Amino acid sequence: MAEASGGNGGAAVRFVGVTKRFGDVVAVDAIDLDVRDGEFFSMLGPSGSGKTTCLRMIGGFEQPTAGRIELQGVDVTRAAPYERDVNTVFQDYALFPHMTVSDNVGYGLKVRQVQKAERTRRVGEALELVQLTGFGARRPGQLSGGQRQRVALARALINRPRVLLLDEPLGALDLKLRQSMQVELKAIQREVEITFVFVTHDQEEALTMSDRIAVFNEGRIEQVGTPSEVYELPSSSFVAGFVGTSNILSGAVAEALVGSAAPISVRPEKIRLVAADATAEAGEVVAPGHVRDVLYLGVHTRYLVELDVGADLTVIEQNSSTAGARATRGQAVRAIWSRAANQSLSAGPSPAPRAAPAETQPVSAAQGESA
Amino acid sequence: MGPPRPTAGRRLSAWLYRRPRLRLSLLLGPPLLWMVVLYVGALAALLVQSFFSLDDFTGKVQRSFTLSTWHALFTQVTFDTVLRTSVMALSVTVASVAVAFPIAYFMARLATPRVKAALYVLMLLPLWASYMVKVYSWNLILSKGGVIEWGVHRVGLTGLLDRVLRVPTIGGSYLGASLLGQFLVFVYMWLPYMILPVEAALERVPASLVDASGDLGAHPRTTFRRVIWPLAKPGVVAGSIFTFSLTLGDFIIPTLIGTSQPSIGKAIYEYQGSAGNLPLAAAFAVLPMLIMAIYLTAAKRMGAFEAL
Repeated sequence: MAEASGGNGGAAVRFVGVTKRFGDVVAVDAIDLDVRDGEFFSMLGPSGSGKTTCLRMIGGFEQPTAGRIELQGVDVTRAAPYERDVNTVFQDYALFPHMTVSDNVGYGLKVRQVQKAERTRRVGEALELVQLTGFGARRPGQLSGGQRQRVALARALINRPRVLLLDEPLGALDLKLRQSMQVELKAIQREVEITFVFVTHDQEEALTMSDRIAVFNEGRIEQVGTPSEVYELPSSSFVAGFVGTSNILSGAVAEALVGSAAPISVRPEKIRLVAADATAEAGEVVAPGHVRDVLYLGVHTRYLVELDVGADLTVIEQNSSTAGARATRGQAVRAIWSRAANQSLSAGPSPAPRAAPAETQPVSAAQGESA
Repeated sequence: MGPPRPTAGRRLSAWLYRRPRLRLSLLLGPPLLWMVVLYVGALAALLVQSFFSLDDFTGKVQRSFTLSTWHALFTQVTFDTVLRTSVMALSVTVASVAVAFPIAYFMARLATPRVKAALYVLMLLPLWASYMVKVYSWNLILSKGGVIEWGVHRVGLTGLLDRVLRVPTIGGSYLGASLLGQFLVFVYMWLPYMILPVEAALERVPASLVDASGDLGAHPRTTFRRVIWPLAKPGVVAGSIFTFSLTLGDFIIPTLIGTSQPSIGKAIYEYQGSAGNLPLAAAFAVLPMLIMAIYLTAAKRMGAFEAL
């Protein structure tokens, strides 16, 4: 979890032992975190995990109960929002309904008394950046959800902040629009070279867009890493279950299959199904069982296998050949995977939130598959 | 299971279901009729009445068209009355906004649900008491030797009160006999009518808009001026319609508290009551309607309804 951040100057945002309590509820629990300059950083976690509170503390809308927050090496723990070189894209966009799109986008310049000519020019540039040229005279109420989202982005970028905070900005958009906005946001981030701190509960979104991800759970950070690190090498059963789909094996089941009771996680796409009489190679785990359910999903097929040792296993196989040589319901099979695919889970600060094996994120998993 | 057996009631429902226009007219007809006959009809009768005249000798209304009543209306006294009442209504409105806004803001954005509920009760409780009782109570409060004079004396500010009461127009021999006292009672009376709509308007302003304004670099003062106030304005205008029109037409408070100079309401009351001059009262009653029309037009011009 500890990140080498190349000294103080490298961190765009730094949390030092930050705690936030609301009454008796600990929303954020002694978090240490460095967000590097210029990176696309995601805070991923279920609702109530403290990620939005962290974002609001960077923005200055909440004050930490304890600890210190630094922006570019400067302590801003007690600074008001308008004293921080940070701008926010709010979840509900928070566009001013009584102002035109241009006035919304130019608001940050106006309150800083930028001259009108300069303002007009920069509003034009910002609208061009988000491909809304010609929409300046409209009111937010006359725009679609996607367009409002772009206005909110243009408005937050116009002050050229050091850090841009995005609070689940794509949550209200439909799937197609969300996917195209993901690509666009990433492109804009590369263009403006501003540090993006992006809050989301959608693991696929975090994996797609981020340079690094912090996985939040119950006010703590479970793991910080690149998308592939977080996905391939989850450090806790929570991360394994929350980011993508995982089979988490522990106790007697793990003992029987891999010879150790310590909990491990296996990604469903690392497992293949073979006939019940097929043999495995050296260094592979073999788990006999029978198919309980088959879900055909176009790109791949998802199997639920009931193992003889008494656990369920999710297996995903690419439909790479058109020949329908798929296992059918009730068929006896062997699930085989390489021992290298076993990711051992540290006894993390918290157990898996839901029962293993994880059919934990059916919705996100289904999205991931249709992408 | 097939469709239910058709009874007479079901058949009628089905018949109406196929005729949406008829349904709508059945639904809206009675209340609309009520509105047109009783409300618009009464206003029309009022307007017609103002073109009749009073026979000075018999004291009876002459039911023939004449402009003499309207002629009789255009006097210096009428002009002064209209001006005085309008200025009073405007002052009461401005003061109500000034007092109500902080309370409404606190209720809408800062108060916990419990405190908010308590404030609601405190604000609405006086509305349950009789209007007359409240006016008479104020009469006592503002009277010579009343609680305000006593309080002012106790803190040693009698000199200041005397000086204020010596100011022409707003002053008088004591608070209850001054326009200042009348003003205080009006503000007290209409305050809930200003707090409620302003509070409702402020409640509809999402907290994220205030966050966003600060986030973009606006100081709290700027946020108030550019975001909160424009979005609260429809509520303020709604409240001001109450405070302004209620002050304009009230005849009890000006009768019981203040100077002997007439207000619009008091004048209308006296014309149709003690003087029995219904046509003149009717013509006079048209004036506050005109003033309200001007007021609403001005409010619209100022963009007060744009954020609706």
